[in-house]
Amino acid sequence: MSTAAKVTYRSKKKSRAGWNVLGLITFVIMGFPVYWMIITALRPSQEILSYHQKLYPSSVTFDQFKRAIDMPNFWDNVKSSVIISLFSVVIAIGIGLLAAYAIGRFRFWGRRGLMIALLLVQMIPATSMLVPIYIQLNDLGGLNEYWGVIAVYAASTLPFSVWMLRGFIINIPRELEESAMVDGCSQMAAFRRVVLPLLAPGLVAAAIYALMTAWNEYLFAYVLLQDNDKYTLSIWLLKFTGQRGTDYGALMAGSILIALPVVFFFLLVQRKVAAGLTAGAVKG
Amino acid sequence: MSAADTHATEPVTGGRPLAPPPAAHRSAVPGRGRTGRRTRQSRSLPYLLITPALVIMAGVLGYPLVDTVVLSFQDERRGNLWLHTSPPWVGFDQYTSVLTDSEFWHVVLRTFLFVAGCVFFTMVLGLLVALLMQRVSDWVRLMMTSVMITVWAMPLLVSSSIFKFMFDSDYGLVDQLLTRLPGVDYTGHNWFLNPTSGLTIIAILVIWGAIPFIAISLYSALTQVPKELEEAARIDGARGIGIFRFVTFPVIKPVFVMTTTLSVIWDFGVLGQILLMRNNLPEQDYQLLGLYAYVQAFTVNSFSRSAAISIITVLLLSCFSIYYLRQLLKIGEVE
Repeated sequence: MSTAAKVTYRSKKKSRAGWNVLGLITFVIMGFPVYWMIITALRPSQEILSYHQKLYPSSVTFDQFKRAIDMPNFWDNVKSSVIISLFSVVIAIGIGLLAAYAIGRFRFWGRRGLMIALLLVQMIPATSMLVPIYIQLNDLGGLNEYWGVIAVYAASTLPFSVWMLRGFIINIPRELEESAMVDGCSQMAAFRRVVLPLLAPGLVAAAIYALMTAWNEYLFAYVLLQDNDKYTLSIWLLKFTGQRGTDYGALMAGSILIALPVVFFFLLVQRKVAAGLTAGAVKG
Repeated sequence: MSAADTHATEPVTGGRPLAPPPAAHRSAVPGRGRTGRRTRQSRSLPYLLITPALVIMAGVLGYPLVDTVVLSFQDERRGNLWLHTSPPWVGFDQYTSVLTDSEFWHVVLRTFLFVAGCVFFTMVLGLLVALLMQRVSDWVRLMMTSVMITVWAMPLLVSSSIFKFMFDSDYGLVDQLLTRLPGVDYTGHNWFLNPTSGLTIIAILVIWGAIPFIAISLYSALTQVPKELEEAARIDGARGIGIFRFVTFPVIKPVFVMTTTLSVIWDFGVLGQILLMRNNLPEQDYQLLGLYAYVQAFTVNSFSRSAAISIITVLLLSCFSIYYLRQLLKIGEVE
């Protein structure tokens, strides 16, 4: 009996080892391009422009980063990216929270229609909105202005933010609010004092997801902005490719600088984002 | 508005001539008056809460959508934009000219093949990774999750840059590694000379970038599958594939369908990767529907033709999303 148990235990362990090897292979394949970016950014230029690439650097240097930062308009574009992402996230999350609370807590006429509309707009390919938005902003004088891009980003992250926040709100027991209201809070006060603190982690997750979307967007930024000093960082990357070839070392260093903040924040909240993304599928 | 509302109604409630008898009683009992006010307030409150969202969505998403439809029946060019003249109406001319253009059908066919390949491999590999994540030890799973989150968060133009470098004809790692294989010489091989091989590279990039989202979503769906169900199936004699097909998959099916639909939508919109890989000047053979519409608008300068192409794209897409749309319509019935 005990030997039988031992055998199954051992075979289970053995089979798990096989899966672990497969898992590590997946890890290597998925991670290799990221590794290659980091390695390239850290090695000296003569090693990058080499016909005999090595899988590891012989020496480490920060020259590539220095050259990337010295590229024209780097700091201007950092500023643009930060302004545009922050404003669009604040608007999307602020407005989204109100709408999510309404959908999650109230029964009202048109609620279901609104929920369907929120999911439906996500099905429209962004490229098909490009032309009318370009024309509309041109009429309003919003081309090459931050507010034009901010409005577009806020609106395009809004449906998803509402949807995700709704998922978090319906998981907060209604009784908590009701007891606060019995104790004399108004509905909004109960929201502020009871729901909001409990919602904070979800709010952060939704905000970071919206931030990631805004930070990584390139198409609208490329079309709606026109000055070199107003472009966002994604567009800045296009500068490394010129007529005379691509400066790969600086390009990889610049890529790291752009990816680092979003990757860092996203690693912190990924669990909640994954849950929020598919909440609609599980509930519907 | 809600504050004004409540203040105005409060003093009146008791003294209103038409107020039903309980109203008098209500104002007599301290706590009750608040309840009455609350219901009144909460009737308009949800609408107040959704108004800002509705305004911004109508302005930035709704209006342009209507405008796309309008544009597709006109002939708007860049000239109209500068001169602020209104474009002439042309009826279905844009549609007939797009639909009778053989180049357009080439683009459609290319897009279908591209999207089908990308979605197929993304979903299959994503599902396999998710199943694998269920079976590995915790520390391996942690490593897999962190690398996938990193890839997921990677800005699109960043990952395109990495692939551009790896497949570079001079300094690309892939060429040099392949050349090391015996009997293979890929020195200076340009992957992008042939659009089929170029688009394959772009597809690999798209698949690599999309696997994390699929794998993580499917993994979290897999954790919802009750252990008892699988055990019961095993006792009844089901094995590997059978358990997956009849027990596991039905549970994760809603998430699977939703992520497939999202993948189709996202892969239809592939554009930036091609622009960056082809140095902002993609050859005609690299055009997929998204890029084609973009080029018609901003290179050819015919906004209306671009709008017509977009409308056709949306119609094509919605054919694929019928299951998803039906799922959507059920929302709200359950709750």
